[in-house]
Amino acid sequence: MNRSTTLALSTLGLATLLLFAAEPAFAQAVAPQWRFLTFGVFAVIIGVTMYVTYLAAKRVKTSADFYAAGGGVTGLQNGWAIAGDYLSAASFLGIAGLISLYGYDGFMYSVGWLVAYITVLLIIAEPCRNIGKYTMGDILAFRNNPKTVKAFMAVSTITVATFYLTAQMVGGGVLVKTLIGIDYHYSVIAVGVLMLAYVLFGGMVATTYVQIIKAILLVTASLIMVFLVWFQYGFGGPEYFQKVIGDPNIQARVAGLLGDASKNMTGEQLGQRFLEPGLYLKSPIDQISLGMALVLGTAGMPHILMRFFTVPTAQAARTSVIWAMAIIGGFYVLTLFLGTGAAMMVGSANIVAADKGGNMAAPLLAQFLGGGPDSMLGNLMLSFVAAVAFATIVAVVAGLVLAAASAMSHDIWVGVIKGEHATDAEETRAARICSLIVGAIAIAIGILAQGQNVAHLVALAFAVAASANLPVILLTLYWKRCNTGGVVAGLVVGTLTAIGLVLVSPNMTYPLQAKAAQEKIIATSTAKIEQVNAELATATDPAQREKLEKDLAAAQKTATVAQSEIDKLGTKTTSLVGLEKPLFELRNPGLVSIPLGFLAVLLGSLLYRDKRAEEMWEELYVRSNTGIGRAAAAAH
Amino acid sequence: MATFNWAAIDADPGFRDLHARKTRFLWGLMAFSVVYYFLLPIGAAYFSDLYRVKVWGPINVGLVFALSQFVVAWGIAYLYARKASVFDAMAAEIARKAGALGGRP
Repeated sequence: MNRSTTLALSTLGLATLLLFAAEPAFAQAVAPQWRFLTFGVFAVIIGVTMYVTYLAAKRVKTSADFYAAGGGVTGLQNGWAIAGDYLSAASFLGIAGLISLYGYDGFMYSVGWLVAYITVLLIIAEPCRNIGKYTMGDILAFRNNPKTVKAFMAVSTITVATFYLTAQMVGGGVLVKTLIGIDYHYSVIAVGVLMLAYVLFGGMVATTYVQIIKAILLVTASLIMVFLVWFQYGFGGPEYFQKVIGDPNIQARVAGLLGDASKNMTGEQLGQRFLEPGLYLKSPIDQISLGMALVLGTAGMPHILMRFFTVPTAQAARTSVIWAMAIIGGFYVLTLFLGTGAAMMVGSANIVAADKGGNMAAPLLAQFLGGGPDSMLGNLMLSFVAAVAFATIVAVVAGLVLAAASAMSHDIWVGVIKGEHATDAEETRAARICSLIVGAIAIAIGILAQGQNVAHLVALAFAVAASANLPVILLTLYWKRCNTGGVVAGLVVGTLTAIGLVLVSPNMTYPLQAKAAQEKIIATSTAKIEQVNAELATATDPAQREKLEKDLAAAQKTATVAQSEIDKLGTKTTSLVGLEKPLFELRNPGLVSIPLGFLAVLLGSLLYRDKRAEEMWEELYVRSNTGIGRAAAAAH
Repeated sequence: MATFNWAAIDADPGFRDLHARKTRFLWGLMAFSVVYYFLLPIGAAYFSDLYRVKVWGPINVGLVFALSQFVVAWGIAYLYARKASVFDAMAAEIARKAGALGGRP
């Protein structure tokens, strides 16, 4: 069976899967009579990306094509692809949601995701382009013991990719289920199968184009929505923010968040509070810790670094980061208006009702802007945003799977097991087999981790990248004394401390504390139920009675939910690692694990003697700064 | 594989000059950007009164500072892009001379 037939069959299979999957499900965001719109938009986007994959597949002949698109991507294209690789559903839906629910703090949170690229631009992108070939392991192997560092780096790459993948698969499954009502398992399988089709057939060429298409769709959708919001509330500036602080939905939200403290505040003051810090982020130390993980971790993310091997020169690598910064930064500025727009138009109550974390803010805003849940245009816009979100997940997952598969095939199989003795055809085949394995594992993890709280896994992925990957890359490139001993020590210490600290942090579930919190909720609800019942006994006005009955039902529901949470915890009294309460108070381990990672590289290098690392230093340093000899490096 | 005398290039005054200039420029800019970024969450936590000061209608210092982070990040990218053309020219000169500095060591 030739490749195009396989591709056509898999597209057909996927479309059937989606249609079949839609049957047993029930409608969520999109009402059943508008479902055809959703499937129409999804079919167009899947169809276009599949066609691109078909064209790309013809161009993927060698391992260089598969891993790095033959080095033939331009700076501008790579800039869009980096944005497509980086802007996950967490940033698109998550940050817009945070802003819609918490105002200023949500926006402040988005800043670190852009600032991270300054590190990439100034100290990582160009040297990596000049020294590396396909993987992070290649960069380290230049002067350190190739087999040793490739093996350790591959393990670290796969670890980071797996954490990030799990968060994407589970988040994606839930998202698709909420957006279009497809069963969770089918959502995960659809994301996995589609991503595998891109990666297996089109390698880095198709992945690049899918990421570019997705980034353009994402930016277009956001621009349209922001213009519609501005059209109604004024084009940015004080006029817009005057509407924000005067909005009753926002004032009610702030009053709800502040509780008793808001009693003496005027409406205007409540609205203004939405634009001030402190509604969401309570622990500055934790934020600084997260900021460190972002600023250093992005530059150690395997799927991001891998993108720099797809451009022909260091200059193109630089241009691509600059484009990426323009696109990513511009996008986060837009989310400020998506978030505040959703807070005004949709209202936090409706946003929270659809998804506790606020992930539905942008999709619901799209629906509202198009004319609301009963209009065709509203549902078309919602479907479009849903399809963009789906494309987002698939594109990010494809980049991650390709990075993990490259580490397995290029570093472990060819580099360590075969001792660099594999033909190009063998390596390309190995890369495809590894992609299939990683993709299958991703689908399996996605299904097994259903219902788990995976939000902290993204932060953990960044923490490991910042504590293990970045120190070893940075010091290999810039420190003369760095050697194999330091690299191994840094990777082991950085990875283990980041993971270890999260295992004993407040991110884990502590049954005793969780039970106490839920019991408190039940106590409050019970008091509320008694109070409402007492009022009901005397109330005669029908409108008043209706309101009280509503309150009663809400309080009873809260109590039932809290009780079911307690039941879920069962008789467990300790967390996954057997603790009753967290040993480490920060949710983000970076503040401790990043310095430890660097320290381990320093000590490991000083305690270990490695003649090759010393001898290769001058060559590495000249090459990384000038690009001399890069053509030869690509050909060997 | 070694077709160039790397030690000779490394010792070349042209390369030393490029290295010194790049180090100063890149790490200086890097240090500035890190400090500027971390001032945002630190300020939000410990100087929140300052963040509340309104400067343009309801737009306050905090909002302006957060938006300025984007402008500063883009400014750094622009500065570097301009400066990098100088580095590129120096690197090209070194690459051109690399042959003369000795083929195989």
